[in-house]
This record gives sequence, structure tokens and C-alpha cells, in this order.
Amino acid sequence: MEVVEVKQVTTKTAPRFTGKRYRLDKPELLAPAGNLEKLKFAVHYGADAVYIGGQKYGLRSNADNFSFEEMKEGVEFANRYGAKVFVATNIYAHNEDISGLEDYLRELEAAGIAAIIAADPVIIETAQRVAPKLEVHLSTQQSTLNWQAVKFWKDEGLPRVVLGRETSIEEIAEIKAHVDIEIEAFIHGAMCSSFSGRCVLSNHFTDRDSNRGGCCQSCRWKYDIYEDDIQMVGMDADKFTMSSKDLCMLEHIPDLIDAGIDSFKIEGRMKSLHYVATVVNAYRQAIDSYMADPENYELKPIWLEDIQKAANRPVNTGFFYDTPGAEDHIYEPEDKAVPYDFAGVVVSYDESTGLAVVEQRNHFKPGTEVEFFGPNGTFFKQVVGQITDTSGNGLDAARHPLQHVVMKTEHPVKPMDMMRKRVR
Amino acid sequence: MATKPELLIDAGSLADMERLIAAGADAFLIGESRYGMRLPGDFDLAMMGEAVKLAHSHNVSVYAAVNNLMDNDTVETLPAYIRGLAEAGVDAIVFGDPAVLMAARAEAPGMKLHWNAEMTSTNFATANYWGRRGATRFVLARELNMDQVIDIKKNTELEVQVQVHGLTNIYHSKRPLVQNYFQHQAKNGETVSVPVYGRREDGLYLVEAERPGERFPIYEDAGGTHIMSSDDLCMIENLHELMEVNIDSFRIEGLLKSIEYNETVVRAYRAAIDAYCADPEGYAFNEEWLEEIVKVQDPSRELSYGFFYKEQVY
Repeated sequence: MEVVEVKQVTTKTAPRFTGKRYRLDKPELLAPAGNLEKLKFAVHYGADAVYIGGQKYGLRSNADNFSFEEMKEGVEFANRYGAKVFVATNIYAHNEDISGLEDYLRELEAAGIAAIIAADPVIIETAQRVAPKLEVHLSTQQSTLNWQAVKFWKDEGLPRVVLGRETSIEEIAEIKAHVDIEIEAFIHGAMCSSFSGRCVLSNHFTDRDSNRGGCCQSCRWKYDIYEDDIQMVGMDADKFTMSSKDLCMLEHIPDLIDAGIDSFKIEGRMKSLHYVATVVNAYRQAIDSYMADPENYELKPIWLEDIQKAANRPVNTGFFYDTPGAEDHIYEPEDKAVPYDFAGVVVSYDESTGLAVVEQRNHFKPGTEVEFFGPNGTFFKQVVGQITDTSGNGLDAARHPLQHVVMKTEHPVKPMDMMRKRVR
Repeated sequence: MATKPELLIDAGSLADMERLIAAGADAFLIGESRYGMRLPGDFDLAMMGEAVKLAHSHNVSVYAAVNNLMDNDTVETLPAYIRGLAEAGVDAIVFGDPAVLMAARAEAPGMKLHWNAEMTSTNFATANYWGRRGATRFVLARELNMDQVIDIKKNTELEVQVQVHGLTNIYHSKRPLVQNYFQHQAKNGETVSVPVYGRREDGLYLVEAERPGERFPIYEDAGGTHIMSSDDLCMIENLHELMEVNIDSFRIEGLLKSIEYNETVVRAYRAAIDAYCADPEGYAFNEEWLEEIVKVQDPSRELSYGFFYKEQVY
């Protein structure tokens, strides 16, 4: 791993601890990838590692999830960028889940997967026994919150622990000070409001096992709250809910790096391609910019603005600075509509003609205001001019998903650059 | 005669312990809230010593609840606390955070350790994993069915503890969600001031629109927000199924119940266990045991079989 000299710096959101630094190299940016295409874009936009789900043992039973063949292709693609692929095997297994586990883990190892993310000791131990080349990372589902527990897992041979989301920046720094181990922390995305693994609302409401991937998000439902037989707030008032705002630590990258967090994890295996590429792009630039020149680092507002173009979700800083309060939960009805839609992906670009072939992902037509963006924050706006199909026949609109459309771009673009359009 | 399974309940005070011992309890889970999760009362180390004396004089066991998810600050105090528990003479330490295992190994070698991670203790291989690391007992998740419970018991050398009665925790957050909600309402002018609601004694519960008959108790303490099941598990009719496979300990959850209720429940299970063990083959369930419980049962809370006879999907 690349080693970069970093001086202790004080930022406005100043670290409350001084003294020894526990890491000097760049943290890993770890992104979710719900399918092969998302994996490729996450890596292309700057993820150092991606985590995916396989057909079994993962907590997103509704996601696309990867076959072993797709995993191999994903690993091959990622390796070209020097990136790694992790597989979430983070269920709490029941007896009947154990048969088949050994074969499954061997297949992951054979597919070139770098690590599994596991919570249940039966999975941890089996992986160590039958697939020694697979690293085992302790999942956040174990709700690990203190250095002594982290030390336990290090002694068990795990190279990395994903902490519970209830740890503060200060506690993370203390953990790093006590134990020489890789620490991974969620820094962006939706959050369980419960201790991870300690919620069986789905089991009780719908007979779906939350700790085996059946979570139906009952914490996002609305509830009336009563004392004795009396409803405690008016019928028209906002109802009670456990629903947390999403985590967004983009404005606090220096604090996260100073605390010594080794891997910055973005949540969202169910999220869109547009979202994954956009979020990764923003964090990639922030991390690189800070590491290049910590003392003169400044947050660029456009990084935040870009994220908001892909996800209109209220955000907060979770437990990093304080226990979440009233303002950190979502009581009001939500307006989830995003201001921009993903409209297309650049397939190829001809420098001599300035024409790009764009694969359609949403309706656009001549006159549509669009933005092109690519890795490292390349970005420009334009209005769509004339469009044709690949045989040169004029089109009044790009109507069909995945159809290839030829259009002139005002600046050069590259394959895998993305095009979004303003919708509101 | 068959080997008797243990009848285990929590208690909030020494006085409650005396009454529950008289009703037939074999063991207690007690502790203080800094270290233990969802306890009906606090026993500091001095009181732990008293509790052990009282219990041991009746041949009853005391297990110390040290099953919180610990933060760094609490970890610093664990060695002294665990030494204190050992000096108090507790019969076992109940834990769910590996930090406690580490501290107990160092400070109280030989101490019996019960692994209780609530929802996540779900298979026999995991039981054996913790067994190889020093646990002597595996406390099963409540979200398992009878076949799974029996299979775990058959495939582990550890003692197996199963909850047979009372409510269960279904959601635990570190966030003060009830206070947060009332603060939000105060801001909107819905309530005049922010009440200090949400303590256990306030008796709050949640109702979800599509399940109007089900009341889910909710309260806050230093450990965060706890939401509890709307039903009370009650396995007394089918206790023999668990006794036939020699489950080692039957847990009654006494939280949010009156001492009178808990006495009644302990008496009923005591009678069932004694009758079975005196003559397993001739055992028959006595309807009166259940009737006694039904008499004191809150009519808004269903007595249920929990997940024992359910199929779950995912």
C-alpha cells in the first residue's frame, strides 16, 4: 500500500485528540455493488474495494446478487484497477444453513474474492478452515463498540473489524490506539437505527427473519404512541417512528482520516448505478484532495451538491460526534424525488467528429438540459442537440432503454462517463 | 426421576427474590444496569453479595447479568467489576460482548460463563464456538422453532437455556427515541413542554396501524430505547417437549410484570417441572397451571407460543 506522509492538522471540525497518528496511508474507499454493472462503475469511479452479495448467506435477499461467474468477471474487472471485491456473508445462520457453507466459501475463494464480511462465528470459523486465502472481516452485525472486543477478534485471526455504527470518532481513535487492526466504518448511506443484529421487528410483524436477509424495514413504519389507553399526541401530528436520517460524512473527511479509520464504507447494495457512481466520485475526490495536501484541504461544495443530485435524502453524522437527537430522525412525510435523473452512459467517443455514442437509461430528446460527468469530477453542462441512431437516422427522442444514441458533446467524453438530466 | 431443568427468572430486589424462591425459582439473573441489559432493578456489588447469600442458603443460583454491549469507558471498569462479582460469589457471568469474556478469563478464571447475545444465538456451531472459548451455557435466541431448539441441544455439550415465558425484546437502539420524538412534537407545538416520558414506569406502548390490537411496550433507560413484543410467550402446555430433550434451563422473563404475576408464573412452571420429573412417562399437562396464569394475565397481551411452531421466511 502506498505510504503518504501526513502532518497532524487542525481543521475547523477539529479532532479532539492529539499525539500519535496510527495510520499514514490512504484509507480504502469501499463501495456497495448490487450487480456486475454497478461493480464496474463503482470501481471505475474510484472505489478501492467493493462489496457484493452472493446467492446465499447475505443480508439482502431481495437484491440482484451475484452468481460465481459474475463474481469472477467482477474480480477480473476490479483487479485491472487494483481494486478488491468483498462478499457479504453476514447472516446469523440457523442450523439448516450450515450445510453447503464449506462449498460456498471455497467457491468464493476460487472466484478470487479478497474477503468475506461475516458476523456469525460459524461462518468466520468455517472460512478460516476451508478457505484460508479469504480474509474474514467482522461485520457491523456484531455491533462491536469497544477496543477489548476488537482485540478479541484480532486474536481470533481477523484482520479487520467493521465497527458498530454507535461508535464516536473519539472512540474509534481509542480503539485504533489500543489494537493494531484494520478498522472499517460506515461513512455514508442509510442506517439501522437499532444496534445492528439486535432487531427482530420483521420477524414479529411479518415472520421474515431480519438476521437472514428478510428485513422489511419496520423501523421506517409509522406508529401511534400510547400511555395507558390514551394516545399521546393528536391524530394529525407526526407519528412516532424509529426512522433515522442517512449518514453523510463527506464534510468530515479530515476527522475520519485523523481518527485512523482504514476503510470508509458506503452503504447501499440496493441503490442505483447513478447513486453509487456519484457518491463514490465525491468521496474519492475528497479523500485524494485531503491526502495530497492536508494543510490546505478544503471541502468543495460541488461534491455535496453532486450527491444531492443522486439522492434527495436528509442526512446527518450519526454517532460520530454525538448521540443522535430529535433532528436526526425522519418524522415528516418524505419527499424522496431526486432533482436529476440518470439519462445515459457514454459508450464511445470520436475525437475527430466530437460525436459520442450514449446508451439510453432514461428518456431524453433534443433540448433536454443535461450534465456529463466522469471520474475525478470531470463535469460539464450542455443542451442536447440533434440525436440520431447509430445508422445516422434522426431521432426526435431517445425513448428506448439501452438504445444507442449518437449526439454531439460540447467537450470530449470517455466511455463510462455518465449523463444526467434535470427533472425538477 | 429425571434430572430437573433449572427454573430461572430475573428479580428487581432482595424482597422479590425471597418471594420468588418461595414460589419455586432455582436461579436468578440479576445485576446492575451499567453492565446488564433490561434489568428490573439494580443490584450493586454489595447487594450482589447479599443476594448470593440469600440464594445459596436456599440452594438457589445467582447469575450476574453483564450482557450489555460495552463502550470503551465501561471496558476500563470491567476487570474490577468482574473481580467484585467473583468475590460476591456469583455462580456464573452472563455476557454478550467478547470484551466481557476477555476480562473474565483474566480476572475470574474458572468462573462459569453464559453466552447470551439475544437475537443472534441461532445455531449449534456458534454455540460450540463460544464453548471452545470458555462459555459453559448457550442462551438461545427466541426466534427459533422447536426443531431448531432440539437440534441445537442435540449438537452441543454446552448447557442450553431457553426462554419459556414472558415478553421478549424485539428492538434495541442506543438512541433515545422516545425523548427525541417528544422533542420533535414540542417543536411543532403538539405538546407544551418536553415531558420526561419514556421511562419504564411510564408504561408507554406503540401501536401500528395495521395491527390495532397489538401493544408493543417501549421504554428508555441508560442503555437506549427498548421495544418489546406485544405477546407473552407461554410454553407451559408444551413444556414436556423441551423437558424430553433435557433442555437445561427454562427462563421466565419477569420484566414489566408485577411480583404477583411472576410468583404465579414461577409456581405454575415449578409444578409442571416437578410433576414431569417425578414421573416422565406418566406426565400429563394440568390445565389448572395455565388457568392460574390466565387469571393474572393482562387481557391486552396474548399468551403465545412465540416462534416455537412458526416457519419464518427471508
